[in-house]
Amino acid sequence: MELFGDYTLRIVALGSSVLGGTTGALGSFAVLRRQSLLGDAVSHAALPGIALAFLLTGSKIPVVIMAGAALAGWLATLAVRQVTARSRVPFDSALGMTLAVFFGFGLVLLTFIQKLPNAAQAGLETFLFGQAAALLLQDVVTMVVAGAVALAALALLWKELKLLAFDRGFGVGLGLPMARLDGLLTALLVVAIVIGLQTVGVVLMSAMIVAPAAAARQWSRRLGPMVALAAAIGALCGAAGAVASSLVPRLPTGPTIVLLLSAVVVVSLLVAPGRGLVWRWLRLGRLRRAPQLDPVLIHLYALSLQHAEEPDHGHSLAVLRTMSLRDADIAGALAGLETRGLAQQTAGGLWAPTEFGRREARRALEREGGEGA
Amino acid sequence: MSAALEILLIAVVTAVAASLPGTYLVLRRLAMVSDAISHAILPGIVVAFFATGDLSSPLLVAGAAATGVLTVALIEAVNRSRLVPEDAAIGLVFPALFALGVVLVSRYAGDVHLDTDAVLLGELAFAPFDRFAVSGRDLGPVALWTMGGILLINLAFIAVVFKELKLATIDTGLAAALGLKPALLHYGLMTVVSITAVGAFNSVGSILVVALMIAPPATAYLLAERFGPMLALSALTAAVAAAAGCGFAYLLDVSIAGAMASTCGVLFAAAFLLAPRRGLVVQMRRRATQRLEFGVTMLLVHILHHEHTEEAREECRRTTLHHHLRWSEGFTRQVVREADSRRLVEPAGEMVTLTDTGHERAQHAVVGRAEDLGSRG
Repeated sequence: MELFGDYTLRIVALGSSVLGGTTGALGSFAVLRRQSLLGDAVSHAALPGIALAFLLTGSKIPVVIMAGAALAGWLATLAVRQVTARSRVPFDSALGMTLAVFFGFGLVLLTFIQKLPNAAQAGLETFLFGQAAALLLQDVVTMVVAGAVALAALALLWKELKLLAFDRGFGVGLGLPMARLDGLLTALLVVAIVIGLQTVGVVLMSAMIVAPAAAARQWSRRLGPMVALAAAIGALCGAAGAVASSLVPRLPTGPTIVLLLSAVVVVSLLVAPGRGLVWRWLRLGRLRRAPQLDPVLIHLYALSLQHAEEPDHGHSLAVLRTMSLRDADIAGALAGLETRGLAQQTAGGLWAPTEFGRREARRALEREGGEGA
Repeated sequence: MSAALEILLIAVVTAVAASLPGTYLVLRRLAMVSDAISHAILPGIVVAFFATGDLSSPLLVAGAAATGVLTVALIEAVNRSRLVPEDAAIGLVFPALFALGVVLVSRYAGDVHLDTDAVLLGELAFAPFDRFAVSGRDLGPVALWTMGGILLINLAFIAVVFKELKLATIDTGLAAALGLKPALLHYGLMTVVSITAVGAFNSVGSILVVALMIAPPATAYLLAERFGPMLALSALTAAVAAAAGCGFAYLLDVSIAGAMASTCGVLFAAAFLLAPRRGLVVQMRRRATQRLEFGVTMLLVHILHHEHTEEAREECRRTTLHHHLRWSEGFTRQVVREADSRRLVEPAGEMVTLTDTGHERAQHAVVGRAEDLGSRG
């Protein structure tokens, strides 16, 4: 295909899918650890690091800029942690404030740089808003290396990090350095975010962290498959977004990737087996119809108590109708009870509870009595 | 009025207008919602712009404010499904809406002045160019009128539902039990936040809106103990940060919005370190005092324990004391000096011994006072 022969597109698609895979895998941990928005804070906070790295070295080599961004992002997570631990300012306020203040300071530095008599400063803004189309081979190589290092660390420390995500206290009890592992996982997340800034920009970065993980979580109850699936979703959407934006004129890559990811999330939330909202609505509908059956069964049971020596004594529809709400579908309820084996029709077209039905009714009444007590 | 003065005025009015609803956001753990709203209003602005074709139309504000409220509703819908953690809901909703806005801009508004940079960053320096004129008479910059109006709306909202909102913020359950409809108050607050974010994005950009909404209230939260003072203090902090930020930006010729966000951060850092009751310095000093206090008590108990025994000569010797208490030499010296200055211990040759008061204190630390024992009986 001509499409995949396009060198630029290949670079952009490769970069985007590496990014999606890395953020998907690491984002799973962030989402499970209730740190979804940390990604947002880190990506905004990277700005002063980018500006300072450029100011101090005067170079725009991706490694240097990314190192600066990572350092600033990591400092921001440190600031959030210190403020939360040592003052009564809640986590979300600390996060939002760090994000905005770091970003504001970065903006100050950026406007300062723009006035320097140095032509090389142009293009720093691409880190801000993301410009996947401008990705170069050296950028992608940096991304691949950084992403591979992050994923390798994840694989090597898999069971420790799993413990960190689900039962930190147990890890401490085992004598594992949980605080250090926590720092490492945060650092890995920072790396993943920093390599993505150039592609999708600061604002949309948080979707790259949260969306693949949130979608994958719907399909799996286990960490391993969830992380793998999140990485796959991230990588696929990254590549697909790059291709789509090259096919459609004036369709920016970063936002396209994010919209694709969002669509995957919506579909996952709706139809994921067992968990999805559609299944839940179906189940709720069934439950809503179900309680109708039960009052009728209780009434049958109450009537049968008056004929204790003759359990199969039948009762007419009319009696049951007088005991129930005016418009209740008694015949339908009885048919339902019969199929569930809770009631049976006696010879004269009358109704009686089965042995099983009496037991179920007694149990239901006991349950209610227990709750009332 | 000079342009610089006008910018200063707009900055202060914007800061105060943002900090008032921000106070509630910080207390209600909704700080990140301001981030979400300020970004997610982009598609609202874009769609309203397509409908009106005019960037200064009031419909734009209405459209964007509606998107802000929609964002909150969406976040809550995702939350209610309980399929994703609470914070992930925010992280899912606002980037999706923002991405939609960016795509709309670049697909269909390529040749008009509607720039995502402008939404994110704003440019206060240009605000004085956009004048508000009635029949040829210049009445000042439009931004000043817009933000002034929004400030009045915020003040009116807070004045009307002050005690209801305060109760709903501090004890939602009680507010609901009293029939106050916390949900209605919540959406009212979110509408106000959205309107403020829309008004402010034009002049200061959406990121700075977040700084102004969260940092001054967080600063005030460290300084104030009651709700009313906190509200006033966060408005004051915002005004000071805005004014100082403008000053720095003017002196260094850098982004005004960025400088204001930075001063917000500096003010918070100052409060974080130096707040009279909750600051880090006070906390550390308090901890050091407690450490010393505990050290003195331990010293007294240690001496009491070995009093009149064979090993006392070794255990309570000034030069080896730190060894037995397992303290550093420096800390031991500090503790002994403190105990000495309070006349709890006295030197006796090489040894440290208890004074009468020291004796009493040590005994109290170990068994409590005799009358305490009696009352516990």
